[in-house]
Parts: sequence; structure tokens; C-alpha cells
Amino acid sequence: MQFFLLLALILLSAVAYYLGRKRALTVAGGQIRNLHSLPSFYGSYTALWCGLPALAVLALWAALQPDILTNLVVADLPTELRDLPPDQLNLVVNNLKNLVSGHFVSSTTDPAMQAAAERYQNLRLIGNAALWVVALSIAMGGIAYAWRRIAPTLRARNSVESVVTIFLIASSTVAIFTTIGIILSVVFESLLFFRQVPVSEFLFGLQWSPQTALRADQIGSSGAFGAVPLFGGTLLISGIAMLVAVPIGLMSALYLSEYATPKFRAFAKPALEILAGIPTVVYGFFAALTVAPLIREIGTALGLHVASESALAAGLVMGIMIIPFVSSLSDDVINAVPQSMRDGSYALGATKSETITRVLLPAALPGIVGSILLAVSRAIGETMIVVMAAGLSANLTANPLEAVTTVTVQIVTLLTGDQEFDSPKTLAAFALGLVLFVVTLILNIIALRVVRKYREQYE
Amino acid sequence: MSTTVLETQTALDQALQASTAPRHKSSVEVTDYNNRQTVGKITVDNPKMVCRDVDVFYGAKQAIKKVGLDIGANEVIAFIGPSGCGKSTFLRCLNRMNDTIASCRVTGQIMLDNEDIYAKEIDVVQLRARVGMVFQKPNPFPKSIYENIAYGPRIHGMVNTKAELDELVHDSLERAGLIKEVEKRMQEPGTSLSGGQQQRLCIARAIAVNPEVILMDEPCSALDPIATAKIEELIDELRENYTIVIVTHSMQQAARVSQRTAYFHLGDLIEIGDTDQIFTNPRHKLTEDYITGRFG
Repeated sequence: MQFFLLLALILLSAVAYYLGRKRALTVAGGQIRNLHSLPSFYGSYTALWCGLPALAVLALWAALQPDILTNLVVADLPTELRDLPPDQLNLVVNNLKNLVSGHFVSSTTDPAMQAAAERYQNLRLIGNAALWVVALSIAMGGIAYAWRRIAPTLRARNSVESVVTIFLIASSTVAIFTTIGIILSVVFESLLFFRQVPVSEFLFGLQWSPQTALRADQIGSSGAFGAVPLFGGTLLISGIAMLVAVPIGLMSALYLSEYATPKFRAFAKPALEILAGIPTVVYGFFAALTVAPLIREIGTALGLHVASESALAAGLVMGIMIIPFVSSLSDDVINAVPQSMRDGSYALGATKSETITRVLLPAALPGIVGSILLAVSRAIGETMIVVMAAGLSANLTANPLEAVTTVTVQIVTLLTGDQEFDSPKTLAAFALGLVLFVVTLILNIIALRVVRKYREQYE
Repeated sequence: MSTTVLETQTALDQALQASTAPRHKSSVEVTDYNNRQTVGKITVDNPKMVCRDVDVFYGAKQAIKKVGLDIGANEVIAFIGPSGCGKSTFLRCLNRMNDTIASCRVTGQIMLDNEDIYAKEIDVVQLRARVGMVFQKPNPFPKSIYENIAYGPRIHGMVNTKAELDELVHDSLERAGLIKEVEKRMQEPGTSLSGGQQQRLCIARAIAVNPEVILMDEPCSALDPIATAKIEELIDELRENYTIVIVTHSMQQAARVSQRTAYFHLGDLIEIGDTDQIFTNPRHKLTEDYITGRFG
């Protein structure tokens, strides 16, 4: 119903556009030069006056309609129903709504409810009809208003542009407000968690065992929330990943930007970037089914004890995954070093390798550091590979051959399955998320700072 | 299709030759090539570099056509000509900077002290240590002033101790006339200097590796008149110890700093001779048009 109204408004706006455009040409006597703005701006001006107010009314109605209707209907319910305590009344209203939409109803329908449902439906029909009338007349009114205002001196372009600016501002704030919302929700849940588990125990405790007892006599539910083993595991796996990704990524960046022929570069760079597009689940398969057993076999052949799910396997595969981050960004920053630096170095009789190590890398270093830090945040936040290849046991160890677990993996395990939302076990996930967020935020800020500084280097 | 283009090209060349034929004077030396001539004496008595029949191609496009000239020891020779005439391209051939451009191909002979610099056994790294270069836009490395100068001597292993290096850096800056301005700020970034100072820093950097020839590609085009005057003065002083080849768009500059001048036009070397003669008594119509401002 409201969908068709929306469609009608859009059509009407399109008509308004042409009307406004034609009107502008008419008042200008066919001479565009007499107008303050181009005719299309007058068209847009009219269309905006037609569409925007009507859409605002539509949005308002869509937001308020259910509440208004419910209140009206509830006010007419028999007193014995109306005077119920709030939560029971809520149940009645729910029943009512189910009845209206023709769904299954939990209690047997009594006549009072039937009558209320019919009343609700009637009200809704009236409301919708009124909405059509109101919205369309507002739209028509808008067209008429704009039509009358159109004159050669009307600054249609400025009006349209300011509306566009408002749209742009609104769009750019969507992401910001969403982020703020996410942060707030995580912070509040974390505060709930820290009310049950002290911050110091969470941050410095060496024991992670989030199983809390549901019954008093339950065995094996210690409920220890020391996050150190998780952060240790994250650090270990990220460290291994960086050990793989940074040298390989840098070397390939150097090759691509300085040695490779343009033809090879045109092929190899997109190919490397495809690596970044592979879903991490697929990397997870690869880690769990190919790399982990391989490492285990090699380890056993060397007489070492290797867990079947090892930090090494997860770290290696994660390292491969983030190679493109390092190589592609580093390649860009090395390429961004002006050719004049290379020329200057070559003109002094420097070899290619001297030029790279002594001029290009130092000049590109801040950018390279930035790319590495971005890769680190990616590694820390990575979940899927670790779930599949590194296991779930929260060992506090520096031995890459043992199974470890990471912060993100624990968040996943804490929040999957049926959970009470007020148990420390569930809330712990938010606290972990908060710490993780703060860590990656700090890394990102450092990375951005470094990258910004880099921009001022050679000019 | 290609034949047509070739024929058109030849026809054009002939037309050009006919319309711009040098106004011969019996005393003028003329070097003949297939379809054009260089007016003036291309040889000198004590050449540092000798170039003969140099062709440069960018892909299929020929940027330099059969250019031959000598560069005398301890002289300043200026290359002038309208934009795109190939003078910078030719300059970059002299220390093989064109090697860094993949599509560029150089044929002919360029000799430095009787050695063909394009010969297989020549190491381009050593060549560039002997033939230094200063670029159009000052391009100090994003390092300290000291490190900018120390870079060359370090990579060539010219010094053994820190004290020697300090002395070399100091000496180079002194010879580039920059020492008074930067003595107290050796550790500041080279990019913090003004444009003219940066260019003198680049000259000092080139001098530090003790080259025999210094190529300058419009070294003053990004500078104000005062900085330009300083650099011109410096070029004059440097002539004592170095051979200098300078490409410039400023005819006054060529007249002020050089002893010989070569005029390039569309990849051809049109005229070469003593600077005084070129500017007071050009023998080729194109040269005259250019220096009197009728063309270019």
C-alpha cells in the first residue's frame, strides 16, 4: 500500500521536474541566458518541493502509525482488559496484532478481541486512505508553490545544491553514527561484565575457562576470565603471520615496482590482490586440511611433538593471506617515490640495489610501516583461519607447535549457540571485543599518523 | 599505409631542407648528413667527449637524428632550442640516463676520453660517477643535508674514515658556494632548504663524487633570478675543474655561462659554434629565428 504511494510520489516528482523545467523556460521567454540557473535546476527545484515534504509525511506516518493505532484500539478495549498490568496488556496487544495479520493466536478468541481487531483494521484503512490524500495533496501543493516561485531571478541552483549538500552530509554521518552505536553497545555490555568480573582479573588473569555453572552442583565449570592466554595466542599467531607476510610482501613489492617489466607487473599485481579476495573460510580449509597435517608430519619426522591444530599452521596461512596487504600497499608507496629521486641516485652512479636500499626504502618507509600496521590489524582481527586451524584451547604458551586460541575465536565460541544474555560468559565476549577494538583502533591511528607524515616527506 | 607515411615524411624533410637551407658563407664549415647539414665546426682541439652519428629512438619515434659534436675539456657548452627539440634527450645520452627508459634506444658513438660509453665492457655505474648530472627540478633526497652529500662518496667507497667524509662533505658544499648557509644545519633535511639552495645542494652532491663532466638539464628553470645568478656564477667557477654541458631555455643564460653553443631543432643539430658567434652572427636561418625570438 505504502509502496504504491512511494511509487506515485516518485512519478509525481518526475512530472514536477518537467513542469518546473518548462515553466522556467516559459518565464525566461525561451532564453536560457535570462535565467539565474540552468532549466534543469528549476526542474529539480520543483521536484524536490513536490517529493521531499510528502516523503517526510510518509516517513513520519510509517514510524508513528502502529503506536497511534494501538493506543486508539486499546483505549476502546473493555475495562477488564485495559486495566491489566503492563506486561499482560502487552500480551493482549500482541494477540491483537496477530489476529489482525491473520496469524495463529495463542488464546481462544473472545468477541471483545475480535471487535478490537476489526476496529484496528478499519482504523488502518482509514489511516492509509488519509495518508494517500494528505501526501498527494502536499506533493501537489509543493508543485504549485514551486511553480509560483519560479522566476528568472529565483536562485534554483543554490537551493538545489544546498539540499544535495544536506544529503551528502547525512550519508557521510551514517557510518560514523553506526560506529558510535557499535562502540556504545559494546561499552555498555562490557560494563555489565566488569560488574561481575573485576577488570584486573580480566586483563591480567592467566586462566581462561568461561564455562560458568548453570546449576550449583555442576562439575568442571570454573568460570575463569583471565584474557591473557587469548591475547598471548593472538600475539603469537599474528606474530607468525607477520613474519611470513612482511618479508615476502616487501620483496614482492620491490620486485613489482622496481624490477618487473610493466607487462609482468600488470599481470602480477592484480593476481596478488586476488589473494586478498579469497574468503577466509577457504584459507581455513587450506590451513586445517593441508598445512596443519603437513607441519605435524614434518614435526614428527624431526622428533618434535606437534599438536594437530597448531599456532604455526594458522599463522603461516594467515601470513599468506595478508601478503597482498603488505605488497600492494608497499608497492604503491614505493611507486609514489618520485622518479626524480631515482634519477638523482642513478646520476650519482648508484646501482639499482643501492638506490632501493638507501633512497627508495627510506623515503617510502613511513608508508611501508603504515601498510604493515594495517596488515597487523587485519591479522589480529582474523577469525576463521584460527577457528579452523589453531583450535580452541586457551594455552598460555610461546611454542608455535601447540594449539592456542585467539580473542576473536573466543568471541565466536562465546556467542554461538543458545546463551543467556546476562551471564558473564556471554558478556565476556563484549569485553573481549572492546579490548580488541581498542587495540586495533590504536594500531590504525598510528598507521594513519605515519602515513600522513609520509605525505610531507619529499616536497 | 606505412609507405605513404614514409613518403610523406621524406617529402616533408625535403621541403624543410629547401626552405631552411643554410645561407652559405665560403668560410663556414659544414658537416653533411643524408638530408641535412650541421652548420659550424663540430670538433674541438682537446675533446673530453666525442659524439658521432647519434640517433635516439623512443619506440618507433626518432628523437635525435645523426647528431655529431665534440665537448671540449673544461669548457661550458650550452644546448639551446625550442621545447621538444631533443636537447635534453641528447644530454641524457651522455651519461646513459636514458637506459632507465625501457623504450629508448641509442645508436651511434659517444666517446668519453676515447672510450665508447655504450660499449659492452663499460659499467654504467662507473660512467655515471665520471659524468654527473643536475636536474631541472632540484631533487634532494629526503635525508639530511649532510647525508645528501655523503651519499655518493659512500656508495663509491671514496672515503675510509668519518673525518675524511666530513671533510669531503664540507669541501663539496664549499665548492658549491653553499657552506656558509648550511654549516650550522647539516642535520636538517635537504628538503628544508629554499629552491635555489636545494639546486646548489644537488650540484654539491654531484661534485662530491668528483666527476669529470657535469650535465645540467635546465638547472635554473625552477629558480628565481637571484638564485639563478648564484648558480650561473657557480658554473663559471666550476669550469676550472670540470667540463660542463648545460641545457637551457634562457638564451641570456647560454650567452652568460657558455663558451660554445649548439642549437637543436626537431632532433637535428642545426648549428654549433662559439657562443659569441652564435648569438651575434648566426649562420643558419633557424638559429637566427630562434635567438631573435621569431620562433620557439
